[in-house]
Amino acid sequence: MNAIRALILSESRLLLRDPISWIAAVVLPAAILLIFGSIFAPHRPDPALGGLRWIDTFAPSLVVIATATLAIQTLPIRLATYREKGILRRLSTTPARPASLLVAQLVIYSATAILGLVLLVVAGKVAFDIPLPANPIGYVAAFGLGLAALLTIGLLVAAVAPSAGVATGIAVPLFFVVMLLGGVYLPRVLLPDVLLTIGEFSPPGVQGLQDAWLGAAPKLLPLGILAAITVVGGAISSRVFRWQ
Amino acid sequence: MRPSTVSRDHGGMNVIEVTDLKKRYGSHAAVDGVSFSVEEGEIFGILGPNGAGKTTTVESIAGIRTPDGGTIRVLGLDPQRDRDRLRAIVGVQLQESELPDRMTVAEAVELFASFYAEAADPTRLIDDLGLTEKRDTQYRRLSGGQKQRLSIALALVGQPKVAILDELSTGLDPQARRETWKLIESIRDRGVTVLLVTHLMEEAERLADRVAVIDGGRIVAIDTPAGIISRVSAEQKLRFRPSAPIEDRLLTDLPEVTSIKRAGPVLVVSGTGNLIGAVTSVLAQHQVVANDLRVEQTNLDDAYLTLTANTAKELS
Repeated sequence: MNAIRALILSESRLLLRDPISWIAAVVLPAAILLIFGSIFAPHRPDPALGGLRWIDTFAPSLVVIATATLAIQTLPIRLATYREKGILRRLSTTPARPASLLVAQLVIYSATAILGLVLLVVAGKVAFDIPLPANPIGYVAAFGLGLAALLTIGLLVAAVAPSAGVATGIAVPLFFVVMLLGGVYLPRVLLPDVLLTIGEFSPPGVQGLQDAWLGAAPKLLPLGILAAITVVGGAISSRVFRWQ
Repeated sequence: MRPSTVSRDHGGMNVIEVTDLKKRYGSHAAVDGVSFSVEEGEIFGILGPNGAGKTTTVESIAGIRTPDGGTIRVLGLDPQRDRDRLRAIVGVQLQESELPDRMTVAEAVELFASFYAEAADPTRLIDDLGLTEKRDTQYRRLSGGQKQRLSIALALVGQPKVAILDELSTGLDPQARRETWKLIESIRDRGVTVLLVTHLMEEAERLADRVAVIDGGRIVAIDTPAGIISRVSAEQKLRFRPSAPIEDRLLTDLPEVTSIKRAGPVLVVSGTGNLIGAVTSVLAQHQVVANDLRVEQTNLDDAYLTLTANTAKELS
């Protein structure tokens, strides 16, 4: 436990010294909301959106930036770099198992993603009076499962990538796909139906995030799929993960 | 040549015992029946050319590689079965192992200290390794020598009974290398048993109490550095420019001299025993001065090349 605590502290410090990834995760979602919200008049309810303003439906997508940056980019690239530099191997010669490092990273990235979410919710509330997630329990479930599934995919990338270069090569396009399906580049109402459907089930399950924010219960099937991805993917990555 | 039996003249206890260690990668036998033992408080060198199986051997001892055959005991522990207990008492400095770029010296030592139940005091250890001025410097800004010293600090922070150091002075300038050597001697003085992998003869000759020479996955000799040298040859060479012509016969008649060779004005006299004394007294009797006199003794380098060349022939 002592080792995990020390690793969490140490990895947090390293993350803070590498501002690009935490700024993208913590600050960017709220910043994009503020920028877009002040460019495009956010205050007109749209009958096509069931009387909601477009910004009400756009905000839930923005949390995808935080989770995808950390889970799909930062996590696998950092782990692959650690393996390439022999840091994981070095850890495996000490009483701290390298798995402790993995646990520490998952804890830190989850916490950072939550920070990004909180900032986004607060910015939306203060600047545009976007209501707080109306179904908090549903929202926590959707967010937690979505984040877990994304982190699992990041771990799988880290597990199979033989080098930091390959990890980056996989992570970058994957990141764009997740962002596109999550409705970050283009509000989801503008996405073709097929992408909309895929985005409902693919991590982080942005439809569920949107439903729970707006007050509905997230659908169970997509949540179940996210949970299944986490369990199966976690099992696979723990089998194939190479420490050296 | 068969591996010699281990001398037990100082009667120490065996801290490491390796018996018939084998490890294959595909069809290539990286380690092919290596046996040796290391006594308490000893600096034991493992010497051999690249690809000889040195790293595979020590990484098996450190428990980060699984051997295909043979047994290993470190203070009675099996590196595979007793992983956790082994890691608490063995400090390892690996080849090509780095740290995160933005981690400082003090943070690294403190982090690694937190892994051990009885860790050394980080501040003192940093001081012992001469890194106090660099405490708050990030890893990426350290010089090669400083990185190496930090790596040694991390191997020692758990107050290990055994330290495994793999190619620790590779890539260091001569000054840094000498400082590192002093450090290794001070580690031994603390009672730590040191297993030192190297391909540098000078390093083995200077530091090791005993040396195992490995080639092609096998041990070709285990002895003190001096013992290994004497196995190969006790021959010395004198090289000088005589101030006046001198007949070959005057020198070859000496019992100490085995051969002489002329290279232009330079005379090269090979022989054994008190060669210098015998040759210089003959020269003095004939009023000849040996200008630019140099004595060349067989060193570990020569012995090593002879030993490893033998196996290269045997294997081919």
